Amino acid sequence: MSTVQLFRTGDTPLPDVIILTHKLTREYDMGSELVRALRGVSVQIRRNEYVAVMGPSGSGKSTLMNLVGCLDTPTSGEYWLNGQKVSDLADDELARIRNKEIGFVFQTFNLLPRADALHNVELPLIYAGLSARNRRAKAAQALERVGLADRMDHKPNELSGGQRQRVAIARALVNEPSILLADEPTGNLDSTTSGEIMAVFAELHHQGQTVVMVTHEQDIAAHAARVVTLRDGIVATDQARAA
Amino acid sequence: MRLALQTLRAQKLKSGFSLLGVFIGVASLIGAWSIVNGVNRYMTEKFAQTLYGVNTFQLRRRPMFTPNVPDSVWRAWQRRPRIRFSDAEAISAGLTVPVITAWQSSDRVSVSYSSKEARDIDLNAASERYFDIKNLKIAIGRPFTSEENRSGAPVVVLGDAVAKRLFVDRSPLGRNVRIGGVPYRVIGVVERQGSILGFPLDRFVVVPALSPAQNLVNPPGILDAFLIKAHSDPEMREAMSQAEGIMRSRRHLRPKQDNNFVLDTSEGVQQFWAGISRILVIVLPGVVLVSLVIGGIVIMNIMLMAVAERTREIGLRKSLGARRRDVLSQFLAESTAIATVGASFGIIAGILLTIAINTLSPLPASVSPASIFLGVVMGAGVGVVAGVYPASRAARLDPITALRQE
Repeated sequence: MSTVQLFRTGDTPLPDVIILTHKLTREYDMGSELVRALRGVSVQIRRNEYVAVMGPSGSGKSTLMNLVGCLDTPTSGEYWLNGQKVSDLADDELARIRNKEIGFVFQTFNLLPRADALHNVELPLIYAGLSARNRRAKAAQALERVGLADRMDHKPNELSGGQRQRVAIARALVNEPSILLADEPTGNLDSTTSGEIMAVFAELHHQGQTVVMVTHEQDIAAHAARVVTLRDGIVATDQARAA
Repeated sequence: MRLALQTLRAQKLKSGFSLLGVFIGVASLIGAWSIVNGVNRYMTEKFAQTLYGVNTFQLRRRPMFTPNVPDSVWRAWQRRPRIRFSDAEAISAGLTVPVITAWQSSDRVSVSYSSKEARDIDLNAASERYFDIKNLKIAIGRPFTSEENRSGAPVVVLGDAVAKRLFVDRSPLGRNVRIGGVPYRVIGVVERQGSILGFPLDRFVVVPALSPAQNLVNPPGILDAFLIKAHSDPEMREAMSQAEGIMRSRRHLRPKQDNNFVLDTSEGVQQFWAGISRILVIVLPGVVLVSLVIGGIVIMNIMLMAVAERTREIGLRKSLGARRRDVLSQFLAESTAIATVGASFGIIAGILLTIAINTLSPLPASVSPASIFLGVVMGAGVGVVAGVYPASRAARLDPITALRQE
């Protein structure tokens, strides 16, 4: 691994650092009790890294995932995504960042059941404001990338679990995001299908895609080149693996 | 919008319920409006014309159609001098506009034939042009002639209902009926005219103005009305002003004095009806509003349910970059689509209702284009209004919580 910039408040991340969190905290006010889900997480992820975030439940990995995915804003600390400080952006600006910079892959796929694969993949492009013709072309291209060119007009319930997750991956990729953010992407899949999905991730990573994946499964995390482990809201270990 | 219609298709039952509210609202709007509209046209085009005749005015002591007149006014009318034969003759002689005229005196009488009797029959003692002015067509026989009128011949033309009552299906021609104890020879029967807003139009007889029955109705030399029909509306106006001048000078009225007679046209009836229809036009929207509000509440409920059910979808859309206003407009479009489709069905139903009213009831009805336009606008409006609250709830959803929702 190359050297990591020592980041101080007021600095700007290096250009190839796509994700940078600095002393990120997130607290939830649960009435009488203050839950400190993150207690100062500083992580840097470079372009084209493949990182797995691990940790037991309650370690704060979901909270970190939400912050990195711009679904939530931190209590304190900084979050830089692709050279832009997003930790203090307003709601609609975050929506735009999610649309342009982040491709989500969820454990439960989250496809629209009544829409076919093509329309599901088109969805982010609608919010990006593309014309219908452009949308269809790009969505078809993304489905081809995940090997589903022949399933475009299938509804989710006409697809297998693995195929559904590949539709979801195509949807995540269609806007050419800076990061692919996967939350337990194989949690609802059997081991054979999980392998297929991991192969898709590996291929995307090989093509240059930055991938961040949250998982609690050791053998899934093993596909990543680097594993960050959280415990009690702080980074416990951060180690690169031999490829 | 396409998305909104897809949802509508997918949730047929629920959408159906919310459609119903708007549907009923709009259908009742159009139905009720059509009735008012139809009756309106009926009143102005037919009712008034039947009562008065086209381009016709009547010289009378007081107006024929007198709704809601205070006693004092009524008493003043009663004190006025009556219309005399000589007044009618003076006007006939003085008018320079081509007109046809008729005398008329009316009363309620019984008409009998052998043992049969027809009660509450309008007796019209009139001159021979009465048939032309009132546009009464003779079905069988003939009207009386001017000679018969002048000589006061005891001949009678029966209204259809009177002929049917007294003679069933035998021919009444040449038979003698008794009016006020005087025998009258039947010379004709008028074509059936049916009824107007439930009032029968065929319960009348017409006898010559100078025939013996005149004495039953009015003192000698006195008329109830002098009917004057012109060829056109402007000519009628001209004739009216001439007649007014003639009457004022005959009655020696000074310029400051009011007329102590009326020149009555169908305008009075029409004004009266306009008053009623104004009230209806004010009251109706209230009724319609209630059903639209109910429809709106139903839609709002459906949309709230939809928001609750589709929380995950909303969360997903937000995570994919939907801004608040994207979510807001999606749900607004859905509720508006529901309401507009409901309104469209409502319009179709309203039109069908109008056709049904027309064919099945005596009420005339005709669809007003404005009511269709209003129906669409109101339908869409209800959709927007009812959709705002659920849609803003959807738009405010936190994507994390929304995504986690089962």
